[in-house]
Amino acid sequence: MSEPSRVEPSPRKLSRRKLITTGLAATAGVAGLGVAARIAQKYGLVPPDHSGIYGLGETLTYASQRLLTRHSLAREFSRSQISKPPFANEIEPLTDEFKRLQAGGFTDWRLSVSGMVARPASFSLDQLKSYPSHTQITMLQCEEGWSYIAEWIGVPLSQVLDVVGVLPQARYVVYFSIEPDTWESIDMADAVHPQTFLTYGMNGDQLPVGHGGPLRLRVPRQVGYKNVKFLTHLTVTDNLKGFGKGLGGASPEGGYAWYAGI
Amino acid sequence: MPLLQRINRYGFLRNRGRAAAISVDPPQGTAAHQRCSPLPPRVRIVRATWYHSRVGDSVCIPSAASAVPTATVASRHSALVRVTHWITTLCFFALLVSGVEIVISHPRFYWGETGNDLTPTLFKIPIPASRHLVPTGYGYVLPDANGWSRYLHFQAAWVVVLTGLLYLICGLFTGHFGNDLLPRKADLSWREFSSAIAKHLRFERPGEAEAWSYNVLQRITYLFVIFVLFPLVIWTGLAMSPAFVSAFPATVNMLGGQQSARTLHFFVSLALVLFLLVHILMVWLAGFKSRMRAMITGRAAKSMERT
Repeated sequence: MSEPSRVEPSPRKLSRRKLITTGLAATAGVAGLGVAARIAQKYGLVPPDHSGIYGLGETLTYASQRLLTRHSLAREFSRSQISKPPFANEIEPLTDEFKRLQAGGFTDWRLSVSGMVARPASFSLDQLKSYPSHTQITMLQCEEGWSYIAEWIGVPLSQVLDVVGVLPQARYVVYFSIEPDTWESIDMADAVHPQTFLTYGMNGDQLPVGHGGPLRLRVPRQVGYKNVKFLTHLTVTDNLKGFGKGLGGASPEGGYAWYAGI
Repeated sequence: MPLLQRINRYGFLRNRGRAAAISVDPPQGTAAHQRCSPLPPRVRIVRATWYHSRVGDSVCIPSAASAVPTATVASRHSALVRVTHWITTLCFFALLVSGVEIVISHPRFYWGETGNDLTPTLFKIPIPASRHLVPTGYGYVLPDANGWSRYLHFQAAWVVVLTGLLYLICGLFTGHFGNDLLPRKADLSWREFSSAIAKHLRFERPGEAEAWSYNVLQRITYLFVIFVLFPLVIWTGLAMSPAFVSAFPATVNMLGGQQSARTLHFFVSLALVLFLLVHILMVWLAGFKSRMRAMITGRAAKSMERT
């Protein structure tokens, strides 16, 4: 009889072995996840809105895009591709303070920089314009689905951060608009990115008020709402917990993702 | 029935060799084992593990007398196929709902790089929008739902992509694509093909064989969805991400621009919805209960004659 050797092994025995293997694998998996979370935290791959039911997707998106796109440049276009006229999205009614500054030709407009910097400072528009001006012809795309291409003129944020001297423990730049409750933040990878501009001009002219003039932060690798209009204040920090609800911006507090590279 | 056997009934811990012998309710005595051991000639021995599904991976019921009229059950879909199928179903539903919500914020479509309220459209969907500025012709604006919709859309996308990768890797490893989805040689003649189409056009109920294996139209459709539509919808989706295309500009340049990618994403999604509707209709026509049972429990009843 040659068959008996092929009699199936007892299912119970096999299942026990399988159970032990599964248990070990599960333990290893959980431990692995813990280590992965540690490493991700260390290398700045965890977004401030990582908790909650959408935390998994957000963390995966932010971590993978950070790893893939830390130094990549947003696509630039030719002058002939500039949208004419550029579409200006709806803005909130302008505040009295804004109107007063506007009446004075924005000469009193100030951008203050504070937080983890060696030399906190306040810049007038003329001071910002005294730095070598840079241009980029990039697309602004809204999370709603529309988009336009414009030439943006300004000074890279990294230039101003160099002037004030960012401390080594800095991790985020939080930026505020003159409009109430309008603020966002970006990580240092985006803050020192060569295309992240303090923008004061558009298509060869001043930046129109409808597009955030006199000063707008341009973050071309993220969608529109991270490009805050009417910029008045920057704070460099190592932790977003002290700002608002700790989610890193008005958009995440309003239910939108903190990281908007997608 | 002991717990492990109970679990085994659902095929997760399917033993090598013969699977379903353990799904037998009466206690298995030595006699029963011997009865099974040199297998009855009708039962094909297929080495099957938990991720396998084979028509021949069938049951050996060691009933005391073959006269006992027990309808046999046999495995139809492997645990891998069932689990990934239902995760995909859940994700697809989440992607569809959130995708519709996102479109509502700007139900206008364009071709090329850019498009907005000031530029001509390729086409518009005649629905109200959730934003004031969009000229829809409606006197009201729907509530903004883009926050949670975008969160949900990207999370579901991650889950479905990772599930798809698992399915692809295991499917290649187990020969699922070659065995279950690649059309059989015999199916590829025009006669077979046209008869399959004619049967579908007559809304004929599928025969017994189709409870065990896919027909040629099913195979081609599933392969098209898995290897053409899903990759396309992922590609066109990624091509809309400003950060992703900064690292891989070809993904959007090859499609003709960011707005073209958005329009294509919309059409591929429509194709997937069309597939879903036909898929549900077909399941309904073939017998909703039995097909659902096969995709949930992994087993389908064999008619008694086959025992």
